[in-house]
Amino acid sequence: MSEPLLRVDDVARHYTMRRGLFGRPTEVRAVDGVSFSIGRGETLGIVGESGSGKSTTGRVVLGLEDPDRGSVAFDGAALPPIGTPAWRGLRARMQMIFQDPLGALDRRLPIATQVREPLDIHGLGEPTARDARVVDLLDRVGLSADHGRRFPHELSGGQRQRAVLARALATAPDFLVCDEPISALDVSIQAQVVNLLTDLQAELGLAMLFVSHDLRVVRQVSRRVAVMYLGRIVEEGDADDLFAAPAHPYTRALVSAAPTPGRRMVDRVVLQGDPPDPADRPSGCSFHPRCPVAASRCRIEDPALVELGGGRRAACLFAAPGADAPSRKVA
Amino acid sequence: MLRHLLFRGLRALLTVALVVTFAFVVLRLSADPALIILGPEASPEMIAAFRKSWGLDEPIWVQYVDYFRAILRGELGRSMRDGRPAIELVAERIPATLALTLPALALKLGVGVPAGIWASLHRGTVIDRAVMAMAVAGFTVPSFVLGLVLVLIFSVRLGWLPSGGQDTWVHAVLPIVTMGVGGAAALARFTRSAMLEVLGQPYIRTASAKGVPWARVIRDHALPNAAIPTVTIVGFMVGTLIAGAVVVESVFSWPGVGRLLVVAVANRDLAVVQCILLLVAATMVCSNLLVDFLYGFLDPRLRQGARAGAH
Amino acid sequence: MATRPTDPLVRLEGLTVAFDGVRVLHGIDLAVHRGETVGLVGESGSGKSVTWLAALGLLPKKARVAGRVLLDGENIVGASEQRLDDLRGGRIAMIFQDPASALNPVLTIRRQIGEALALHRGLAGAAIGAEAKRLLDLVGIPDAERRLSAYPHEFSGGQNQRIMIAMALAGHPDLLVADEPTTALDATIQAQILDLLALVRRELGMAMVLISHDLGVVSQTCDRVAVMYAGRIVEEGPSERLFDDPGHPYARGLIGALPPLDGSRRRLISIPGTVPDPRDPPPGCAFAPRCLHADRRCTAEVPHLEAFEAERRMACVLAVHRRAVHRRELVEA
Repeated sequence: MSEPLLRVDDVARHYTMRRGLFGRPTEVRAVDGVSFSIGRGETLGIVGESGSGKSTTGRVVLGLEDPDRGSVAFDGAALPPIGTPAWRGLRARMQMIFQDPLGALDRRLPIATQVREPLDIHGLGEPTARDARVVDLLDRVGLSADHGRRFPHELSGGQRQRAVLARALATAPDFLVCDEPISALDVSIQAQVVNLLTDLQAELGLAMLFVSHDLRVVRQVSRRVAVMYLGRIVEEGDADDLFAAPAHPYTRALVSAAPTPGRRMVDRVVLQGDPPDPADRPSGCSFHPRCPVAASRCRIEDPALVELGGGRRAACLFAAPGADAPSRKVA
Repeated sequence: MLRHLLFRGLRALLTVALVVTFAFVVLRLSADPALIILGPEASPEMIAAFRKSWGLDEPIWVQYVDYFRAILRGELGRSMRDGRPAIELVAERIPATLALTLPALALKLGVGVPAGIWASLHRGTVIDRAVMAMAVAGFTVPSFVLGLVLVLIFSVRLGWLPSGGQDTWVHAVLPIVTMGVGGAAALARFTRSAMLEVLGQPYIRTASAKGVPWARVIRDHALPNAAIPTVTIVGFMVGTLIAGAVVVESVFSWPGVGRLLVVAVANRDLAVVQCILLLVAATMVCSNLLVDFLYGFLDPRLRQGARAGAH
Repeated sequence: MATRPTDPLVRLEGLTVAFDGVRVLHGIDLAVHRGETVGLVGESGSGKSVTWLAALGLLPKKARVAGRVLLDGENIVGASEQRLDDLRGGRIAMIFQDPASALNPVLTIRRQIGEALALHRGLAGAAIGAEAKRLLDLVGIPDAERRLSAYPHEFSGGQNQRIMIAMALAGHPDLLVADEPTTALDATIQAQILDLLALVRRELGMAMVLISHDLGVVSQTCDRVAVMYAGRIVEEGPSERLFDDPGHPYARGLIGALPPLDGSRRRLISIPGTVPDPRDPPPGCAFAPRCLHADRRCTAEVPHLEAFEAERRMACVLAVHRRAVHRRELVEA
């Protein structure tokens, strides 16, 4: 089997927070031991709510933040330290798009100029040919040359996000991280952008990490999905299988919270309590305070991510048919 | 909480010390007090004697250390003009200055804040535009220009009010108005912005949707929130209670701390100038501390130990 | 569904709203019966929020509101401020998006709930504390007694929304209008809040209008749904039938734009173009420029809401065709 394009190995990222001016510093484990790999042309979706660490994972994977533990390898080589020329050169191969397209674009420059910028920075192609490439890129994302002459505030939300995509694709990257790219758009415009993303996936053979809280969109775009809770992956597997038959109680709750119009809900799961505070992790399984099937064991044992067969992994003592799933005992 | 206050207190002292140091250096390096006070006809011996008696012949850092030691002992020096303790000279002028600045502050608050609120409630209408136009005029016109214009109209032309001196309360009217107008104008603009910001917040709509009558929405929901940023500006104005009257006192020949400062600087009467500056810095710093304390009172989100909800 | 009395609790008749001469709402006709849940779906610019803000007189003064809003037969458009203050919170309550900023940050929860209790139920003093605690218990805030003296920033987003609901219920309203109540919340918290709303409605027999852009949420909670586009209702009917078999091309497009969570993946239906600028509306049907079925009739005049099946209406020239099909089906059955 060929080397995956991206390999993430037990990555953790902590922040130290002080409560108040003289409070004791607490460690916030935004990402707490995440491992996965993405092959060439493959898309992995990450779903989770606030505090899950999904956005932080995206940033670490891209090399925008250094992990405090573990490693990220891109195309077989470890990510170079941030700010070095090697790291800057790598930007041409891995890109990111975010939730707020207006914030990602410079207000004072026309779209075409901004799409051209990566080409100039990385010195790709002949300077004279770059403008033609910009037109080509804009066309690929469904924008005209006229759109290119406009400023960000003169475009609609959907058009802006397309412009951001065009800019991200300028250097023909191998890997694209998308962090909630459509949440700020209207439903009908979301569909346009999602279609565009799936088209580009097919055309360009892009590998993607698609981070979102919206299960449907993640399923549409990804072949495999990982569900994150409090900095860890609690379930991972093939997108269709995972959403059809979730193994982890949290995944079941998430699926339950995304009802399909026109279909009556079966197996409704409503969790108690609030999303957890990363600065205040529960003992044992971090999900146990809200879990509808938690037992007393769950307060003590911290389940590891276990293979369930069929490419599925889940971190729950009750996920596997046998109750003797190996687990990490809390010290 | 206590540690927090201690921390702020130390910072305040540092600020005052920096101000005084700065003034010290600038004053001593910019001119020779001996020459100015004794006049151009003084003989070199007289000048030398003067300088020696006031310690002006020492190197500057020696003078500085001496000065600081003296402050810690509570001695703020003596005036070089008449030898009286600087603190006495300043203290006897404070009531005169406060007689102007306190009523002026009342004027600023009493006119500026309601005007700003009124304008914000009628945004975009004639009322709003009129109030804002007046406010712009009010704080762009420099106080000495305004003072002189008022004197021209009310003293010279109409003869209603006196143009200078401190004899009766009537003499205070023009100076107070001159001082109050600029501040009232600034407060009006500021209060209006603060109110507009608050009125655009979702919780105002929630209150209306609850059926709270509009007047009560303003009183119970809008004003308490708009007060928070307004307190900053008012705090600043309180901080200028001692020093804010320099120009006005000069225009109206009002014998307050401001006049004293102007004269002392011209004469390079070092101890007096430094004493006043120390006082001004202390007042400003105290009012800042007061404002910080008030914030905690007005905005529960800033109180120590308040736990932000997990989300 | 319980039998409804013939007269609806609230009826909107020809409600129009204009800002600075620009029409944003073009004659809304909608009825809400006692105990019913009506969903109002649409994207940005559809006017779904404006409709109910206008009904309650909560729009800024420069908004021109025309038409009638009948609450138990009484027209409240243009009613006195005093009358509106009585009705708001007392008969019709409204909760909004983003609960964190919809609560006053400098007032305690007790004060904020107490305000509504004092205004609409005439309570005072200790009675307010007791009733506020009861309301907080009802909406599921733990340790209610102590939490009354807390401030909004000390609660999570989900808890803040529960507090908003408690505040809305304080006046015992007959109708609760929930404007995107779960949009700013996490998915699992969203489910909690929707559950709470369902519970509260059942216990108090309240009617509810749920405004949302989320079709899934609306389909699960509402008996009837109205779809809005560019300031008009374009389709209305029982929730299950509407989502199962949408009539209006826009409704079809909206539902088709939702990626399926199960079954085969398909290319999403994406409606080309964007919502029209209210200052420059297209001639005839506002959706025509984006509609695949548009023809000459569509640009000639604006279609009105017409019945095409039992209890279903839509504003489209296709209604005629659907009516014919439906009649044929009835005959054949």
